Amino acid sequence: MKYVDEFRDGELAKIIAANIVREADPNGHARSPLHNPLVKQLANRLSPRAGKSLVIPQAGRAQRGGRSQAIESLRESQFNRIYRLMEFCGGHTHAISRYGLADLLPASVRLIHGPGCPVCVLPIGRVDQAIRLATDQGVILCTYADTLRVPASDNLTLMRAKAGGADVRMIYSTQDALKIAQAYPQRQVVFFAIGFETTTPPTAVAIKQAQAAGLKNFSILCNHVLTPAAMHAILAVEGGVALDGFIGPAHVSTVIGSQPYEVFAHDYAKPVVIAGFEPLDVMQAILMLIRQINEGRAAVENEFTRAVTREGNTKAQALVAEVFELREAFEWRGLGSVPHSALKLRAGYAEYDAELRFGCEYVAVPDHKACECAAILRGQKRPQECKIFGTVCTPENPVGSCMVSSEGACAAHYSYGRFREVTQ
Amino acid sequence: MSKPNYTRQLDFKNGRVEMSYGSGGRAMAQLIDELFARAFDNPYLAQGNDGALLPSATGRLVISTDSHVVSPLFFAGGDIGCLSVHGTINDVAMMGAMPLYLSAAFILEEGFPLADLKRIVISMAQAAREAGVPIVTGDTKVVEQGKGDGVFITTTGVGVVRDGITLSGDLAQAGDKILLSGAIGDHGMAVLSQREGLSFDAPIVSDTAALHGLVAAMLDSGACLRVLRDPTRGGLATTLNEIVRQSGVGMLLHEAAIPVHQPVEAACEFLGLDPLYVANEGKLVAICAAEDAARLLEVMRAHPQAVDAAIIGEVLEDAHGFVQMTTKLGGRRIVDWLAGEQLPRIC
Ligand code: SF4
Repeated sequence: MKYVDEFRDGELAKIIAANIVREADPNGHARSPLHNPLVKQLANRLSPRAGKSLVIPQAGRAQRGGRSQAIESLRESQFNRIYRLMEFCGGHTHAISRYGLADLLPASVRLIHGPGCPVCVLPIGRVDQAIRLATDQGVILCTYADTLRVPASDNLTLMRAKAGGADVRMIYSTQDALKIAQAYPQRQVVFFAIGFETTTPPTAVAIKQAQAAGLKNFSILCNHVLTPAAMHAILAVEGGVALDGFIGPAHVSTVIGSQPYEVFAHDYAKPVVIAGFEPLDVMQAILMLIRQINEGRAAVENEFTRAVTREGNTKAQALVAEVFELREAFEWRGLGSVPHSALKLRAGYAEYDAELRFGCEYVAVPDHKACECAAILRGQKRPQECKIFGTVCTPENPVGSCMVSSEGACAAHYSYGRFREVTQ
Repeated sequence: MSKPNYTRQLDFKNGRVEMSYGSGGRAMAQLIDELFARAFDNPYLAQGNDGALLPSATGRLVISTDSHVVSPLFFAGGDIGCLSVHGTINDVAMMGAMPLYLSAAFILEEGFPLADLKRIVISMAQAAREAGVPIVTGDTKVVEQGKGDGVFITTTGVGVVRDGITLSGDLAQAGDKILLSGAIGDHGMAVLSQREGLSFDAPIVSDTAALHGLVAAMLDSGACLRVLRDPTRGGLATTLNEIVRQSGVGMLLHEAAIPVHQPVEAACEFLGLDPLYVANEGKLVAICAAEDAARLLEVMRAHPQAVDAAIIGEVLEDAHGFVQMTTKLGGRRIVDWLAGEQLPRIC
């Protein structure tokens, strides 16, 4: 296993950050980390004199009650240009929050969290379906960990259904699900397959293995979704969010390659830079995006060359194409029904389709009234703008899906970044 | 005590725990005699009564109890046996006390191999002997197959605190320094990688150890210590959040100062876990007055159990009670309470 420290080098980060500041904020209005009162308190204690000169005038101070938006727009107005960059993937959202990258960026660079978090985009009705399979049909439902806590109808989650007697099992890989199916030949075993292009090939492998082994008690509830379709949907949202560029997916791109993003550069004139999940990858990608924007270019560039090629993993693609085909449409949380945005099993593998095997249909269910996940997943709102963020809705008691996974925008902001509002 | 006349010795090679071993009859007496008494061997246990009569001690008494359930029972660097001894000794030591005696209660599952039980008991005995803290009384119960997880062990420890020492989680003050005795996450990742059958380039070994010797050295240094805690379940992050809540303060940590062994970091990365939330069984966190921090650090580093000790942050005034951290990259984040169980991420 390779060690990761080289991609987390603080000194390198400072150099990239300095370049970002120079190129995105030539007039030098950058926020300093010292705007945090706690850090100031510390600085004052260490060196009271230096501390004084570190107090930075803050735009919008008087408007404390009006809060972040007013402050933000005042701040932004100091700049010639604002860079609104969407990081599509939850993995990036997590890295940005966990490493506090926002502190290294000038205020003219605004990161917008995208919908690339597998559990976040899962609509309530899909989780309901899984719960119904476990409770009404008595199947062993196998699922990845994050999915267990996604809120469903009737105040249920898969975790609560499990506590109520449903046979729900947390697994680490599709292979675990196959093993369970082999161990319980008299029970029906359903794998709740979710995720973007990264998780699809392992599901395809599992289906082929089940077929080869003649497993009659294994099937999947297929919720595999497609990244480029979601990016199209975001750009197509009417009156949607103004975006200047995308930080492109890491792991997803290792499978699909960089070629599928070319349409966003050509047709929508949005630069895309594919980036790895390490914090330095993200910083470097931001710098590359700023350069493209400053130069008036829109191209697909690849920061993650150590893993991503233009073609991607053609073997995996062929396998997926053999087992799966496009759904006519699929409902996403936040994006609504998006045409050709998800996969289902091909006719030749229909016997492994749990929806067909158990005749359990998808029934759409509206989100919780106060939950702003939909707007957040479209990049139109930020977590702190949700009225129940951090009060009714917390990681312990998530109301919406964005508060569940650490890759979800709300959970990431709550767990890592919420000091920013209260200390601003 | 005259040697009882048992028909046959227990079969520690192929034998298994039977219901009768917990029933109070001759079978139980035999198990106690041939296994526990022999392994733990000390004059208090040899009194052979339901309780142990102990000599009087000077100082305020500290008592702490802890139940141990761990799966797998054996892991790299230890097992449930030594863990149950170290864990309770450490809980007593974190009060600033010198641990004196332990009790141990076993809940055994019917069918559990006697060979494994013996291995665990010998490991406990060895840990207790090395620590100089005898197991002076105990109890054994057996539950039917399927109603336990092999073996559960509850240990209780008693110790004394000398005058002039008061450590408590509510004593942290703004300006204090936060010290950590060494690298975090070793125990949790050793257990988890064993449980999940993961293997890494370099093996990850649990750090399970009794820390009362280190604590004694720290107390002897004369540094103004306010809080001692061992960051076990929930890891360093949870321990610091507990102190922050109890003391009504905030904290600022420096990620670059927190030692993490590379294999642990790599394993955490692989499973999508954060070492800050992973359990330790042989580390401690100390909060002390800023002016004494350097001296305390020196004393800690001179002790074999804390050669990698570091000052990892400061206590601050903060009405919101946040534990904040400057990241390796120079940004800031909150180090929050853990929500639910720490579960691996999906992709
Ligand atoms: S804070 Fe909770 S309720 Fe609000 S948008 Fe986020 S997940 Fe939904």
